Amino acid sequence: MDLVLVNLIDGLVTGLLLFMLSAGLTLIFSMMGVLNFAHASFYMLGAYFAYQISVYLGFWVGLLLAPPLVGVLGALVERYGLRRVHQYGHVPELIFTFGLALMIEELVQFIWGRNAVNYVSPEILNFTAFSIAGNAIPAYKVFMIFISLGIFIALLYVLTKTRVGMIIQAALSYPRTVEALGHNVPLIFMGVFGVGTALAGVAGVIAGPVLSTFPGMAIVLGSIVFVTIVIGGLGSLGGALVASLLIGWLTTFAKAYNIRMEDILTGVGFSKPEPIWDSMWQDLWTITSPQIADILPYLLMVLILVFRPYGLFGKRDA
Amino acid sequence: MTDLTQKTAHVPPAVTLGNTLPWILSIAFLAIAPQIFSSNSAITIMNQMGITIVFALAYNMLLGQGGMLSFGHAVYMGVGGFACVHIMNMETFFSYLPLPFLPIFGGVVGMLLAVIVGSFSTRRAGTVFAMISLGVGELIAACSVIIVVFFGGEEGISGDRTYGMPFFGIEFLQHIEVYYLTAFWLLLSAFLMFMFSRTPVGRMANAVRDNPERAEFLGYSSRWVRFYSFVASGFFCGIAGGLFAINYEILTEENLNLATSGGILLMTFLGGAGFFFGPVIGAVVFILLQTVLGLQTDLWALYVGALFLATVMFFPGGFAGLLMMHVTPIRLGKMHVLYVPYLKTFIPGILAVLGICSVIEIVFHARHAPLGDEDMTIFWTTFNSHSIVAWIVAIAIAVIGVWLTKKAAPGLVEAWHEANTPDKGASA
Repeated sequence: MDLVLVNLIDGLVTGLLLFMLSAGLTLIFSMMGVLNFAHASFYMLGAYFAYQISVYLGFWVGLLLAPPLVGVLGALVERYGLRRVHQYGHVPELIFTFGLALMIEELVQFIWGRNAVNYVSPEILNFTAFSIAGNAIPAYKVFMIFISLGIFIALLYVLTKTRVGMIIQAALSYPRTVEALGHNVPLIFMGVFGVGTALAGVAGVIAGPVLSTFPGMAIVLGSIVFVTIVIGGLGSLGGALVASLLIGWLTTFAKAYNIRMEDILTGVGFSKPEPIWDSMWQDLWTITSPQIADILPYLLMVLILVFRPYGLFGKRDA
Repeated sequence: MTDLTQKTAHVPPAVTLGNTLPWILSIAFLAIAPQIFSSNSAITIMNQMGITIVFALAYNMLLGQGGMLSFGHAVYMGVGGFACVHIMNMETFFSYLPLPFLPIFGGVVGMLLAVIVGSFSTRRAGTVFAMISLGVGELIAACSVIIVVFFGGEEGISGDRTYGMPFFGIEFLQHIEVYYLTAFWLLLSAFLMFMFSRTPVGRMANAVRDNPERAEFLGYSSRWVRFYSFVASGFFCGIAGGLFAINYEILTEENLNLATSGGILLMTFLGGAGFFFGPVIGAVVFILLQTVLGLQTDLWALYVGALFLATVMFFPGGFAGLLMMHVTPIRLGKMHVLYVPYLKTFIPGILAVLGICSVIEIVFHARHAPLGDEDMTIFWTTFNSHSIVAWIVAIAIAVIGVWLTKKAAPGLVEAWHEANTPDKGASA
């Protein structure tokens, strides 16, 4: 039972991290109809910017400065890159962001080198917050949870309670009408793109010390983020939250509990072929849940697509 | 009805010099190419190009002709290739199978996989299709480490092509024999893919790409049209995989992963997705860049990425689109208007690019070279990358190049308009 609690917390951290990325991605998608393939690259930039700032000014300044920097960069990309490609249609837009992701990875390698950089969590958070049955929960994890929850609540508040949020929501569904009412819709798009990438930047800043900051970190997380928003339903913020948490917990629990296919198969009544390495089915018999933890999100996605093509919370015509 | 019959009576002959000439020329070129570029490394590169061209053309059946963007297409080629290596390892069966027929099996396996995946992924086009293709691609790539029986784990699986039944006495021991096999399959599959694009299904794929709603109103299911393109593309990807298996005799996880899938998207788009021959140019240019530039600099991927982004932003037609833009001036007989402005713009343009690349290379060398190693060589000149002179020279070349290009650009635009407008007398 204690272990369940520990895993719940671990999964929550992963899920909230995923949510910070998928929230921005899904907001941008529902607004412009374009999936930002480079979204995870902005997450990586967040981590690297924060690292560079933390070298001179410390972690906290990095946490404050890196996300706005990433956001400004994202807004510039929207203004001078994406808006230009927009006239050619959605597929070229997607290809553009794909090229952007490649470029950002190459640029990061160019500037910071191919190896991981030494970006660490601040001294002040290097203590054990509490422990559950001998399993220490580091304070940094608690800090991550609070930051993510804080941002989620702030985002929810801005989107639903403020005037800016109302206009954004209106611009999501009826951009033409909103424009006719005198609002600068391209500016709103640019702003949303900037905020979305800044959110990814925040995720990078706080995940960098835990998941290590290296040039491949965008690819590692990138495809999982896409899977998340496909599972949650494209364009649905609630769906993104549910899918993020689902994936977070699914992978954490699969890694923590060593469920072996062998036990399941013998339990059902099959007998294990001997010797196992000559059998056609050796891979099936030797599968363990930690081994497949990383592909579970993809499997889940395929299943969802087969049985519910619009995702968990997606609208039919999204 | 009478209208229709009258129109069909005037159908031009199917085989004309205009549409057979490119094929005859490519046959001739492929036949004599190994005589011109006879070194071993050249033949290796040409083999690689041939395989990549088949793959790129198959990919373009989706991207260019069907408007479907796939981020996981390496999987179909990879799985086809893995199947072929398994056939190579089935000793009794393989000893009765002449090697040139092996790619068919790869194609069938690729097609079967495409049937399975396509059954749910082709429901939607556009972004949703792209995301599904990415997820499925990643899923299968990740499976390669888990399903060891088929994918051989991290070291992959390998076979030996020479165990096959000799084909008219040829045992495919030498690269040149493999080259002709690849060239044969390249021509055959390119021809078949071209013919596919001329069939009603291929034409409907274009219609569904441009306007799925109208295609639906005409009574065609856009989903099934996409599905057929997808399956056909899977078949030819599998053929490319079979050729890969024959040429390299080993397949690994690398043949399935996102980097390979992204690479094929990159070269198809660079070459020009809008034209049938675009991917051919893209594959050739990309592999040349990879081998030539890759030998010269560690940063080749950065340059290719920049080239790709520039293509997406400014020339969405790719190289093929740029070439085809010149059809009008040639028809009007006004190409001569363009020669001088081209020289005026492109020579400084190349200078600017070289200057910018030098700056990047110098910065990279100064930052990342091992301590004490301060000498670097680019463009056949060796100098100290920490000296201020080198920086000034490189920056000066870049700035002057950019300035001259900017100065010449309006002239080029003007000449371009001039070349594309017919003379007053001639137009009538």
